[in-house]
Amino acid sequence: MYICRREHRVLVQGITGKQGTFWTERMQEYGTNVIGGVNPKKAGTKHCGVPVYASALDASKDGAVDATVMFIPPLGVKAAALDAIESGAKLIVCLTEHIPVQDVMYFMAAAKEAGTVIIGPNTAGTVTVDECFLGFMPAFNERVFRVGNVGVLSRSGSLATLMCQNITASGFGIKAFLGIGGDPIIGTTTRDALEALNNYKGVEAIAMVGEIGGTMEEAAAEYAATMSKPIVAFIAGGAAPPGKKMGHAGAIVMGAKGTYASKKSALEGVGVNVLATPSHVGDALKEVMAS
Amino acid sequence: MNFEEYAAKPVLVAAGIAVPKSQLATTLYEAGLAAGDIGPCVVKAQVPTGKRGKAGGIQLAASATEARAHAGNILGMEIGGHAVEKVLIEAQCNIVREFYAAILNDPETKGPVVIFSTEGGMDIEEIAAKTPEKMRKASVDVRHGFARETADQLVNGLDLNGANDAVAETLVKLYKAYATNDAELLEINPLVLTGANEVMALDCKFVMDDSAIKRQNDLAPKGTPDKLTGLERIGEGHGIKYIELEGNVVVLANGAGLTMTTMDVVRHYGGQPANFCEIGGEAYTKGKAALEMVLAKPGVKSLVVNFCGAFARCDVMMGGLLEAWDEVQPNIPVFFSIAGTGDEEAIAMLKDKLGMDPLPNMDAACKAAADAANVANEVVA
Repeated sequence: MYICRREHRVLVQGITGKQGTFWTERMQEYGTNVIGGVNPKKAGTKHCGVPVYASALDASKDGAVDATVMFIPPLGVKAAALDAIESGAKLIVCLTEHIPVQDVMYFMAAAKEAGTVIIGPNTAGTVTVDECFLGFMPAFNERVFRVGNVGVLSRSGSLATLMCQNITASGFGIKAFLGIGGDPIIGTTTRDALEALNNYKGVEAIAMVGEIGGTMEEAAAEYAATMSKPIVAFIAGGAAPPGKKMGHAGAIVMGAKGTYASKKSALEGVGVNVLATPSHVGDALKEVMAS
Repeated sequence: MNFEEYAAKPVLVAAGIAVPKSQLATTLYEAGLAAGDIGPCVVKAQVPTGKRGKAGGIQLAASATEARAHAGNILGMEIGGHAVEKVLIEAQCNIVREFYAAILNDPETKGPVVIFSTEGGMDIEEIAAKTPEKMRKASVDVRHGFARETADQLVNGLDLNGANDAVAETLVKLYKAYATNDAELLEINPLVLTGANEVMALDCKFVMDDSAIKRQNDLAPKGTPDKLTGLERIGEGHGIKYIELEGNVVVLANGAGLTMTTMDVVRHYGGQPANFCEIGGEAYTKGKAALEMVLAKPGVKSLVVNFCGAFARCDVMMGGLLEAWDEVQPNIPVFFSIAGTGDEEAIAMLKDKLGMDPLPNMDAACKAAADAANVANEVVA
């Protein structure tokens, strides 16, 4: 499960914190089915109108937990993720940045074994337009997200916001957005997200937002070659100097690896329309959807 | 964070891996003294970069006098942009074979991978390209660690002059050091077999995961922080990610992806970005510090402010920026692009305070900033 639906039962880990509270309220207003939250110190109380549990496992005893979204500080994420996996959650959206990588690899291995999908870490979350969202994307801003038939995936939240706004402003709409995160090791890769959107009913075209660093866009290009739905892509970081981490831990060119040129040529080689700037997305979508 | 050889080797020693006897020296006097104690030695430049040998930063010395002379040449040398301030005086050893061993994080398997090659001395890219048949790899599940049996299988059938057991044991110890110290890369190159049949690490490269620094309180201070410019250091102090670049168009945006893209679009329209400055995430209220910093770089000609609110609200970022405006008094043309959460409020604030409107989109703002900088350059020329 990659795409959360309105009927899915969502648990907010770290619901009582400032960010947890603010974004839980926004998610509830939008339509996310938040069935509870987790904070061991406030178990038994209510917050944002839903029960607070000591753990995700405890919450699962009151009914299935389909997905969790985490507002948890870096050193607490490993335990929270293991708890969510144990609770039987099928999807975990991990927003936190700067989690020690060995912790990430630990809960990734556990998730893989349990068949749990991890989105992130270091993501702004996911949006199923007009249904629900998980994380801190401005799903509720109708100039950014209007329902339509484009699927969007991005390593960066800020750039995704810009891209979605451009798509909406050009008269298209968005079916679902998957923010996969800016770290080098993430649960859902560009290829995984592309496949999930390709298989999602109602998505007719895909806008992919990648960035320098790693080889995820190259791997996604291999899958794109097998797709019939059109793809437009933007790769950030063409002007970035090598050897410098551009804000995201994953956005770094090391030697010949992770360059803009490599990603652009891999994608163009399989017929993906690679945009010169994000403002061209509307025109590119018109072009690929017409043909 | 990188650890230089002298700071990395104790990590191996703590895990039970043998290294030659050595002493750190920062002066010729210390180098001579150390070489007198150690005997025939290698004088090795200590810098957080590779290719030291090719740069002449590693020299053999038969005597203390010779070691002093080499240290005299090496100290003060520049290798890969780093001035050499320390040398390691290390005992020479009788090398029978040179191997390669490393553990690193693999984004594809989402776990560590242990790599061993019977060909040492080359770097990993060279090994993978030139002698892939001599390289063996094992993916590790961090929950279970790297067991001795897996290490035995990894070196099984390789001709290691009968040292297969000792090498397997070294790999297990290397994994232990990797796991205990939150390494993202721990490499021994070369790992040697000596005439006395001992397996020893002659060099060590250790990169600590930056996200784990906060829980590695004892070890982290021994690492070498990234070399920062004065402004970059000021940014770090404010919790703002700032990277200084060559150009003259100042870029201020929120979020890593959007900031990178703003640089790209400036360049697309013929401008040269002066910096990467991200005020998203936790830093999104720091508009004031960010404005002061980006304008402090000498020779900048224009400024593009690109806000796209999501988690970070445009009006909050704009508030910080406008507060700084009176004090900082930017005297270069400024172009805004504002979209997303809090955009209407931010646009109203901009109009109210500076009587300015944003450009219709980011391309227009970046193009205007690039053009303004290029015109300013022509006037100077």
